Amino acid sequence: MDFSLTEEQIALKDSLGKFIARDYTFDDRWKVIRSSEGWSRAHWNQLAEIGLMALPVAEADGGLGGGGIDTMVVMEQIGRGLLLEPYLGCAVLPAALIKAAGTEAQRATLSEGLASGETLYAFAHTEPGQRYERAAVAMSAQVSGAGFVLSGKKITVLGGDCADQLLVSAMVSGDTGASLFLVDAKAAGVTRLAYPMQDAQRGADIDFSGVNLGADALIGTRGGAQAAIDYALDVACAALCAESVGVMDELLKQTVEYLKTRKQFGRAIGTNQALQHRAVDMMMHVEMSRSMALEAAVAVDNPDAAARAKAISGAKTIIGQGCRFVGQNAVQLHGGIGVTHELAASHYFKRLTMINVTFGDSDWHLARYGDMLLAAA
Amino acid sequence: MDLRYSSEQQVFENEVREFTLANLDPKAARKVLEGSRLEREDFLTWHRTLHKKGWVGVGWPKTFGGTGWNATQQHIFDEVTADAGAPQLIPFGLRMVAPVIMNFGNKAQQDYHLPKILSGENWWCQGYSEPGAGSDLASVNCKAERVSDPAGDHYVVNGQKTWTTLGQHADWIFCLVRTSSEGRRQEGISFLLIDMKTPGITVRPIIMLDQEHEVNEVWFDNVKVSVENLVGEENKGWTYAKFLLSHERTGIAGVGRCKRIVKRLHNVAKQAKSNGKPLIEDVRFRDRLAQVEIELRALEITLLRVLDAEREKRQPGPEASLLKIKGSEIQQALTELTMIAAGPAALPYVREGEHGAADVEWLSSEAFRYASGHYFNFRKTSIYGGSNEIQRNIITQLVLGL
Repeated sequence: MDFSLTEEQIALKDSLGKFIARDYTFDDRWKVIRSSEGWSRAHWNQLAEIGLMALPVAEADGGLGGGGIDTMVVMEQIGRGLLLEPYLGCAVLPAALIKAAGTEAQRATLSEGLASGETLYAFAHTEPGQRYERAAVAMSAQVSGAGFVLSGKKITVLGGDCADQLLVSAMVSGDTGASLFLVDAKAAGVTRLAYPMQDAQRGADIDFSGVNLGADALIGTRGGAQAAIDYALDVACAALCAESVGVMDELLKQTVEYLKTRKQFGRAIGTNQALQHRAVDMMMHVEMSRSMALEAAVAVDNPDAAARAKAISGAKTIIGQGCRFVGQNAVQLHGGIGVTHELAASHYFKRLTMINVTFGDSDWHLARYGDMLLAAA
Repeated sequence: MDLRYSSEQQVFENEVREFTLANLDPKAARKVLEGSRLEREDFLTWHRTLHKKGWVGVGWPKTFGGTGWNATQQHIFDEVTADAGAPQLIPFGLRMVAPVIMNFGNKAQQDYHLPKILSGENWWCQGYSEPGAGSDLASVNCKAERVSDPAGDHYVVNGQKTWTTLGQHADWIFCLVRTSSEGRRQEGISFLLIDMKTPGITVRPIIMLDQEHEVNEVWFDNVKVSVENLVGEENKGWTYAKFLLSHERTGIAGVGRCKRIVKRLHNVAKQAKSNGKPLIEDVRFRDRLAQVEIELRALEITLLRVLDAEREKRQPGPEASLLKIKGSEIQQALTELTMIAAGPAALPYVREGEHGAADVEWLSSEAFRYASGHYFNFRKTSIYGGSNEIQRNIITQLVLGL
């Protein structure tokens, strides 16, 4: 049992912490929100220089070969600073997908731009009318000559607003399992509607109408992508868990500070026992979440897919509940100012709310966990 | 003991339903039902329709042009109109300042203001909260100095009010102002009626969590207000303020609106799919829906009990705090459940009119377009009107005697 970070991990954490303190104050973040892209390419390049984009890419593919804990360290800082750059959508998630689904040659080719941060990838998977089910892929890929024709629609693609290349799940007619295709975001027949998310991150709905693909667009084996999809979404969930710990911890700090300084009826509101106990309950949610973020971070490197899935869903259950409790009560304890758009805390609250509904909320993961218990009984 | 409506009440219910369905503007109803933002005119059109029918003074006695309805009738009216998608009657004039003017205002104030509140000619907003005051309403700093004037004495008002809901639409504001700094804090407060067109008043928007403009800051810079606009006695405003607040708390429960949201959630749960099946087949979601629906029924019966007791005493007691707490919790649970039902469709931020109509259609299903925005917006309900913590303090002290 060892809970300590390596020297490299501590250095990574420190350099990110310094970057946020220097370049990502709340005022800086407002400027980024108001820019037309909604995130900053200059910041992205700075993060790439620290090695963040190479981190989740395997060493064999030219990356740094970071594991779950490395991503956790990064994501916690990203949460703390509420960064808008699409690190989860355009680095962590596609890296996991390419690593798990690609052939050796594809991994080498695709990883180069990914590890340098020059090429932005996004995973287009969720479809209209779906909630969080992972295997219900309706997008069709018709065999056409040696290649395929892609038709259908994907929604809420993280980083879909800016990605150069899209990794798209689709079902080849006659197959029982999903396949994965690489599609140039500028290809004929691809239309995307980009928008800000509720928490100021960006995404897109993407329509594919008769997009012609060559045989080489197929990533990995035809009909065999589901295991890689499950792995990549579990990696994304672990990353969200780590991010949420950073968000919650920072929000708890801001709230406790407010309880100490805000005066009402002639004394600090933090002297009210009802509010003190609420803050204690928030803190307990943060600590339970921190423990489960560790569980999730370790689990993503577990080759046993069932054990991994169970740990991930356990973590996202606890963390979804933590996001809800900490977020709602931070707003409540701030009072009126807590429901205004100008306050930092309200942005942390919104990010927590959206983390819960990304890739499965606490109810969905509780059900997934329960289904695994049932299957084992 | 009978919890059903009597046959007379059922006749009344049908009458309200028929009138509402026949006279409510379908465009406004559609906005209400789909949860998009209403314009000033949407509220006022419905207000005027009711006024023509003589139904706008819902809780008012007949002597002032009200309906004279009893509590159950008022509740039926609220429920039936909310169900049909009628815009809410803005409470600041009708339910808040009007009862104060009726009970504590002079004849001239009653004759001038009450008909204009009924007709919708004057839109009112509330000048209670101040920056840094929050639920501690007695910490009023907005100052009104009385000036002798041969042309008629007046007050000069200086200071700031905040959280002024829909103040951007208002013609008049009722304000708590400090007229004396002697004695207890509660003793030097007066209740003033102020025309929003008076020189020196500035209204500035506050953008809320859902990124909408619903509330405002109102600034007073040497605003001259005639003493004729003082309600009751100088320095007795705290009494009137508390009277008003107890009226606010019964109205704040929002049972009719909650019932409408529940109905909508039933539809959503049938249509939306989760793991390939209708969401209503998801046992966790179904339990959550059932739970909040049952709580709403408990709140409704409690509200009717409180309203019934009110008939005897004429003024709501501290138990109104209970309605505010449970009402806001249920409203929040319902908006949260709608967002949870949406799943990933809760993520995009959609602003009305920002994308073309076709784009918005493409973007997300109608049922979920405003789900997250409403969830964020409704976080205010456990804070405004005296936070739920303050309401619990009121029950602690005034009901339980602890």
